[in-house]
Amino acid sequence: MEASALPAATGAGRRRRERLVPLLFLAPALIFLLVWLVYPTVRTVVRSFFGRSGSDFVGFDNYKALFTTDTLRTAIKNNVIWVAVVPAFVTAIGLIFAVLTERIRWSTAFKTVVFMPMAISLFAAGVIWRVMDQTDPSLGTVNATLKVVHDAFGSSGPLTTAQPSTPALTGSPSSGFVLRAVVRPGGVALMGLTAIPPDEVPAAAPDAVRPAPRAGAIGGVVWRDFKPGGGRPGVVERGEQGLGGVDVELRPAAAGGAVASTTTAANGSFSFGDVRPGSYRVAIASSTFAAPFAGVNWLGPKLITPAVMIAYVWVWAGFAMVIIAAGLSAISREVLEAARTDGATEWQVFRRVTVPLLAPVLSVVFITMIINVLKVFDIVLSVAPQSSQDDANVIALAMWRTSFGGVNDFGLGSAIAVFLFVLVLPVLALNVRRFRRET
Amino acid sequence: MEASGQAAGQAVALPRERARAGEPWAARVGRAVARGPLNILLAVLAVMWLVPTLGLLLTSLLPATAITQQGWWNVVAHPSLATWENYRAIFANSAITSALWTTVQIAVFNTVLLVVVASLAGYAFAWLDFRGRDWLFVGVIALLVVPLQVALIPIFTIYQDTGLFDTVLGLVLFHVAFGLPFGIFLMRNFFIGIPRDIMESARIDGASEWRIFTRLILPLGLPAIASLAIFQFLWTWNDLIVALTFGRNTQPLTVAIFSQTRQFGSNIELIAPASFLSLAIPLVVFLAFQRFFVQGLLAGSVK
Repeated sequence: MEASALPAATGAGRRRRERLVPLLFLAPALIFLLVWLVYPTVRTVVRSFFGRSGSDFVGFDNYKALFTTDTLRTAIKNNVIWVAVVPAFVTAIGLIFAVLTERIRWSTAFKTVVFMPMAISLFAAGVIWRVMDQTDPSLGTVNATLKVVHDAFGSSGPLTTAQPSTPALTGSPSSGFVLRAVVRPGGVALMGLTAIPPDEVPAAAPDAVRPAPRAGAIGGVVWRDFKPGGGRPGVVERGEQGLGGVDVELRPAAAGGAVASTTTAANGSFSFGDVRPGSYRVAIASSTFAAPFAGVNWLGPKLITPAVMIAYVWVWAGFAMVIIAAGLSAISREVLEAARTDGATEWQVFRRVTVPLLAPVLSVVFITMIINVLKVFDIVLSVAPQSSQDDANVIALAMWRTSFGGVNDFGLGSAIAVFLFVLVLPVLALNVRRFRRET
Repeated sequence: MEASGQAAGQAVALPRERARAGEPWAARVGRAVARGPLNILLAVLAVMWLVPTLGLLLTSLLPATAITQQGWWNVVAHPSLATWENYRAIFANSAITSALWTTVQIAVFNTVLLVVVASLAGYAFAWLDFRGRDWLFVGVIALLVVPLQVALIPIFTIYQDTGLFDTVLGLVLFHVAFGLPFGIFLMRNFFIGIPRDIMESARIDGASEWRIFTRLILPLGLPAIASLAIFQFLWTWNDLIVALTFGRNTQPLTVAIFSQTRQFGSNIELIAPASFLSLAIPLVVFLAFQRFFVQGLLAGSVK
């Protein structure tokens, strides 16, 4: 600020000041970078060759441990999966979203919604998905959605377990029950079940009714062949309740699948009308005993890594979309229009024109995502419960847990950090090369 | 070139115009119908991206007794179920309120410091001549991707020796350092785009570098400064690993919530509202300054 006040400074003084001024502007940044980045990096590399205490030189032992300890190998394996799956997935989703939003009127709103998770911490995003991924379908959104789909394709049955009340009926809940005797049109099938948990029969269920035979039809009843005090097996008696909602099938006596199926009324009765002459068997379908959808265990050891990945993709898809959309808007409209007038289909335009022109942008997104995925940490910690954190482990998390999470082995922790650093080196070299080519 | 481009554009547009004139509204309806499935698909996707956050908000509104029994969609079905009780509870919880205050301090203090340090260095790299400038800048670019894990252990030791451990200042300084490579990169690239004539005339008028920096560069660089400030604010507000490593009692919100997640099922009535609180503020910042955020993202990623 005094430079202007001293216009007539001597040549030597001015030159010294010219050298000093840049240094003053740079000094704060250089101090930060040297103390907090450069020195620690060197120190970590050195530290990785020493043991836990820090005074015993152990050579490459820590690096050996890195590749032989089970939890660390899981971490490396998981990170390999992360790198193989997530960057490609995020880039693809970003590309699809960017191309599709160009064709709608409310693209700004759509982009804002998809981009929004970028503002949220990965930790909070993890909490969000931990809530979403709860196993119980009445709590977890994902499983609640799956239950709706599941029930649409085959609802759970009214019963879970039962036994035949007489040897006239054979089978089991998993295969269904079949009446031994052959039934012909005009006949009646009596299918008594016992050993049914009391809470599966509504208290208000009406008594079972033995249907009267009808010409040309096969009728019958499925009922709880038991009443307080016992009752006689195989006989429909007063006080014995009908079983409603049971799936009943009519099969040819010889062999083959069901020719007709129906569901029992509340009093347990059913009827197949207009049956062609012949002999048949009547069966209770196994779907009657289908268990209700219990929910996928997303947070368990098997699915935890995919569950964390889904949360991560949810966060980063918006980033890819915004960068790619910006690249897309820079593509000349004329090139696309020219391809369309030449008779190219939309798919051909996308595949042969849009994607090749976007290649530089796509590679930037892809590489950025590789770096991000190598450093993934917070979201694993918040999605994965304590019990499955070993199964969800990744390198950055393993580094932290080894160094600060109870084990407190700075030697091994340093080795993991150096390993992570080595993994990003190719990208570092790429960035430097690209910059030097530009200048 | 401009003119020929326009001509080509018109040539391409013409046949389309004719087709449109031939079937005035039938074509328009046809196009709308064709776009229908796309609109529906994108609407479904938008809902998929919105539901998780909405689910957390509504979960946090469930009464503590219902939170482990019912999904959030019950609040949609029975709005009377919603209650602010959980929020009242976390604002009465001194651990959470002090964590909120710590988060604000860290985020604001370090954002201001970073913007100042990065602008100074960015100006030097863009407009001052000194030996080794390009090499030094290559060094900054190299530091862009260094994972902060490589610094955790040595800095932990230094902080314990110097008393910076478990202080807001310690966290702030670490965040500034790791925000610098990107900050310098962003600032330098923006400042270098300022027209040379403006700079030259200021220098000929005899203005000192400091004067040029404060009177010319900073005002002109405001959009880039805004981008950097928003980035750094979000980054530090959302940090977990740094605060978890260098703090014990100095806990920002993320750490305070993290320490509760060990009993996830039993205290979700605290975790859900606290998490929503911790994400609501960055969300507001983001929605208010989305433009600058996207600009920064584009400037930073098209390396």
